[in-house]
Amino acid sequence: MYNLIGAGLIVIGGGIGLGQIGGKAMEGIARQPEAAGKIQTAMIIIGALLEGLAFGALILGK
Amino acid sequence: MDQLLNDFSPGLFFMQAIILLVLILLMRKFAWKPILDSLQNREEGIQNALDSAEKAKLEMQNLQADNERLLQEARVERETMLKEARDIKNKMIEEAKSEAETQANKLIEQAQTAIEGEKKAAMAELKSHVAGLSLEIAEKILNEELAGKDKQLNLVESMIGDAKLN
Amino acid sequence: MSLVSKGMMVAKKSIKFIAVLVLMMTSISALANGGEHDQEGHGKGDKIDTPEKINAYIKHHLQDSHDFHLYTNHETGVHYGFPLPVIVWTSEGLKVFMSSEFHHDDNGHVIVEKGGVQLTKIHSKIYELEAGAHQVQFDDHHHPTNAHKVLDFSITKSVVGMLLAGLLMILGFGALAKGYKKGAIPTGMGRVLEPLVIYVRDEIARPNIGEKKYRKFMSFLLTVFFFIWILNLLGLTPLGFNVTGQIAVTVCLAIFTAIIYLTSGSKDFWVHTLWMPGVPVVLRPILAVIELIGFVLIKPFSLLIRLFANMTAGHFVVMSLIALMITMKEAFGPVASTGMSFVLALFISVIEILVAFLQAFIFTMLSSLFIGMAVEEHDHH
Repeated sequence: MYNLIGAGLIVIGGGIGLGQIGGKAMEGIARQPEAAGKIQTAMIIIGALLEGLAFGALILGK
Repeated sequence: MDQLLNDFSPGLFFMQAIILLVLILLMRKFAWKPILDSLQNREEGIQNALDSAEKAKLEMQNLQADNERLLQEARVERETMLKEARDIKNKMIEEAKSEAETQANKLIEQAQTAIEGEKKAAMAELKSHVAGLSLEIAEKILNEELAGKDKQLNLVESMIGDAKLN
Repeated sequence: MSLVSKGMMVAKKSIKFIAVLVLMMTSISALANGGEHDQEGHGKGDKIDTPEKINAYIKHHLQDSHDFHLYTNHETGVHYGFPLPVIVWTSEGLKVFMSSEFHHDDNGHVIVEKGGVQLTKIHSKIYELEAGAHQVQFDDHHHPTNAHKVLDFSITKSVVGMLLAGLLMILGFGALAKGYKKGAIPTGMGRVLEPLVIYVRDEIARPNIGEKKYRKFMSFLLTVFFFIWILNLLGLTPLGFNVTGQIAVTVCLAIFTAIIYLTSGSKDFWVHTLWMPGVPVVLRPILAVIELIGFVLIKPFSLLIRLFANMTAGHFVVMSLIALMITMKEAFGPVASTGMSFVLALFISVIEILVAFLQAFIFTMLSSLFIGMAVEEHDHH
């Protein structure tokens, strides 16, 4: 039960993080469409790092 | 975590390690090395081709510039030659003109001096002629006037009258 | 005209973004859902029609297996598929036999006797019974009490998958490599493969490792990239491979990366890791410990967990959506539930194709990033 709550919290945290990354990346692209490729790559890398963190927490909590 | 550790199979890990290692070595030998090498060769070839094309273009441009320059030079030369020719022509005309003028002047002068000389000679002749004629006329008139004795006495009389108390 | 095309490009990119975000979210939440399910094995030959059985079935399929099982006819109880060789290192030495000897049993009922050792299979793991035991005893958590695991070098389904991927790679890229001998421009399949190789080289290795040193690591990065990608895609076929969802496989990949970047670390890297310049001396050992843990443990751990969790979650979601067909039959009727399940499973499968590439890309990207950190020469200030 508790680890389900924990998993929910992790997902919320990860969701907020991913939302921030995606939103900021979109803002960046809207501001500079020619840098879209670079921003996208950076976004994916940071998203992956965040994902790793969230997964790590999920796996450790399981 | 426990379940993950439970799921972890050392045997599979071992198999994967061996397969991956062998695969990396095999792929390096038979695929990646030749592929990357030929890719690099091709890229270098393309780069070289581009470079040489650029160089050819530059050379072409140089050549064109050279041509342009030669043409320009030729044009300038023609221009100067034409100008020179024109100058020479003008000079020649000028010279001819001036020579003709001096010649003409000289001729005129000569003519004038000749005319003057002629005139003088004519005048001198005329003078002497007139003098001779005058003398002849005077002789004749005197001969005529002084032909009688009365006439000579009358003259002396008038002369003495005029020359009174001089 | 150019404005329109630019706008379309941006729109396309935004769609890609949304897709990436959605799939990251789904993969995280799927794992969260999958966290708490009991692990009762399903009996042989019975129909899978309840949520518990479906869960158990999915769990079973996420695991490695010792035979290649395609389909079971539940009416007759006949299994279609083929067995694979089992190679185990037991207390009595190496034993080799075909998995058909277990007769598709997965609950420790069938015991195979091989040269003095008794072997049985429970949840896709081979156990050796203690001496004198004739039947597996289970405790409350369904763990066997009188048997222990053996070292299992079997040619399992995952190993078959890896061999298949390796074979595909050797054939495909070997042909590409040979093609260069004939001419500088590849033909046929090579036209597809060459841009991929160039992509890995120019988008992943070069910017992260640096122009001077990237060549040395290209073999590893290319191999790992295509290995993971092909295995991820194989996982989406109905053959049911789940190779990159095996923790042992991802651990191995991450350890390879870790070994490579730790052994190729430059002097600068070790100086900056172990004795950080420009920081008070008191803090340096603490920083060194943190950095070392980061490089030795956390970075490989995040690499392996990410790949494992994404692939497991992806398989879980796809199979769960397919199972909607059964679980929703009561509520919506067969046609609606099948249609819903089909549409959703199709949608998620398309995303999974993207994930298959994305995970291979991210693994390679992060590997080259870590390698780049290790080989970087700092300019001294």
